Amino acid sequence: MSQVAIRKRIGAEAVEEKGWLRAHKWLILRRISQFGILALFMLGPLAGIWVAKGNLNYSYTLNFLPLTDPYVALQSLMTGHVPEALGLIGVAIVLIFYVLVGGRAYCSWVCPINVVTDAAGWLRDRLGIKGASSLSRNTRYWILAMTLIGSALTGVVLWELINPVSMLHRGLIFGLGAAWTVVVAIFLFDLFVMTRGWCGRLCPVGAFYSLVGQWSPLRVSAPRRTACNDCMDCFEVCPEPQVIRPALKGEGKGIGPVILPSNCTNCGRCIDVCSKDVFTFGLRFNNPPSTASEK
Amino acid sequence: MATNSKSPKSGAARRQFIFDSAKMVCGVGMLGLGLGLYAKQSRALPALDLRPPGALPEEDFLGACIRCGMCVRDCPYNTLELAKPEMPVATGTPFFNARNIPCEMCEDIPCIKACPTNALDHGLTDINKAKMGIAVLIDHETCLNFLGLRCDVCYRVCPVIDKAITLELLPNTRTGRHAFFLPTVHSEHCTGCGKCEKSCVLEESAIRVLPPKLAKGELGHHYRLGWEEQKKAGRSLMDESKMLDLPDRLPEGAVVPGHYDPASGKTATARGLPGSDAGSIPSTPPGLGDKP
Repeated sequence: MSQVAIRKRIGAEAVEEKGWLRAHKWLILRRISQFGILALFMLGPLAGIWVAKGNLNYSYTLNFLPLTDPYVALQSLMTGHVPEALGLIGVAIVLIFYVLVGGRAYCSWVCPINVVTDAAGWLRDRLGIKGASSLSRNTRYWILAMTLIGSALTGVVLWELINPVSMLHRGLIFGLGAAWTVVVAIFLFDLFVMTRGWCGRLCPVGAFYSLVGQWSPLRVSAPRRTACNDCMDCFEVCPEPQVIRPALKGEGKGIGPVILPSNCTNCGRCIDVCSKDVFTFGLRFNNPPSTASEK
Repeated sequence: MATNSKSPKSGAARRQFIFDSAKMVCGVGMLGLGLGLYAKQSRALPALDLRPPGALPEEDFLGACIRCGMCVRDCPYNTLELAKPEMPVATGTPFFNARNIPCEMCEDIPCIKACPTNALDHGLTDINKAKMGIAVLIDHETCLNFLGLRCDVCYRVCPVIDKAITLELLPNTRTGRHAFFLPTVHSEHCTGCGKCEKSCVLEESAIRVLPPKLAKGELGHHYRLGWEEQKKAGRSLMDESKMLDLPDRLPEGAVVPGHYDPASGKTATARGLPGSDAGSIPSTPPGLGDKP
């Protein structure tokens, strides 16, 4: 445990440098977004104020805005069923939105399971749990393919039978039942079995949204990468650390500063924890091969 | 994992790629197998759990429903609920239990209107044509009307009274002077709303809404009902004059009420049945009539 005591907390330097608030800006905004969206759904059943009706699979906001989860709709389509007009409009709106802001922004700004896995990641860091078993980050794409083929074969919207994301969200709004056991299981899995195991390796919902955000204009960029002091905090805090290296360490290799891999969730934690303000939100087109002049 | 799909030049890399892929296919395949079997189980909707009006047949419903709960929200009577993971209904899908809260058969069918898919058939606009199930008077031993009492509650609460449930009269041979008013469901008109099941006064309902598959028998496809064919044709389909009628063999002295004997052309008196001549009143029941 002595190692734990000596080891510096992730982002400690940034807190010193920028102050606590600025070093947690995007995290706070993200939590406001996640809990705010949940609150909009829960106001109805709890207080009788109906803003968003339904759940993340399909919702109808203020009797005006339909939103459909395109992954669920796709599974349903695989079974041979096409949604009604409002359902289809909802799919289009959601697809356009996430194509623009980054598909996996769904994961970090909306998904309720993200709070659970973030908590597990945080605790894992606090407890100094290292050296766990690991799975390929591509596993989720295989599971995604399996759920689509499986839906076609069984005629059932397959992933919805066990999808922890919709189980938790639906549960909080319509009654949790035993869904909490699944949530606890994911928390413990991420904590003890696998670092970022669920969101980073297994969840086909995130895999689907990463494909949606393949060409998203809104990206995290590292325009001041030459200021990087190799403190590794961004790698430590990032749920998908493999996406950072090419952009951050691409100077002189002809690689631009924009984090292009679509598995970047646009969560902005790297922006928070960097004491040198290397990162910022930007557009993917603003991607010059060299950023040495920026300082 | 090094998927090396771009540079599997060396044999070792190619081997690694193939093995990694095989590992994935096997692992995810096993997960898929488990899910698939679970999916198969999830289709076994318990008999007493009913889908909302207009729901597609279960095997289609589980593919079309996206588990959003809009039908639950727009049901004004809180009839519907979404299945929780521990329930024997496919997780997240809407259902109701008639004994708990039945369907009130809203004329504008808000649950169907709220459905963003076709899981609830938007073509169903007349709630009287809904088929959530079919009521079955399942226990003839405890139903109060079958015991000769006039409970009639299921009949009275039926929104399609005198069509979906009628009271069929039969003489009560036990008392000899009363009638049974037997609640009888006509599947053609029953919507399966479950108000009868809800209101049955027994501890356990004697009338229950079941899926049509369980509730209905099915005649052989070659069967023709003679009396209906006769009605359609306007005459008997066979030449009755050429019918050979054999004398009825009954125990000596036995009289069957209402029995038609074509040989004699006579009909015995059906005592107590509507339209028949009243027969003689049987002996006074015990405890009555002795005193003035």
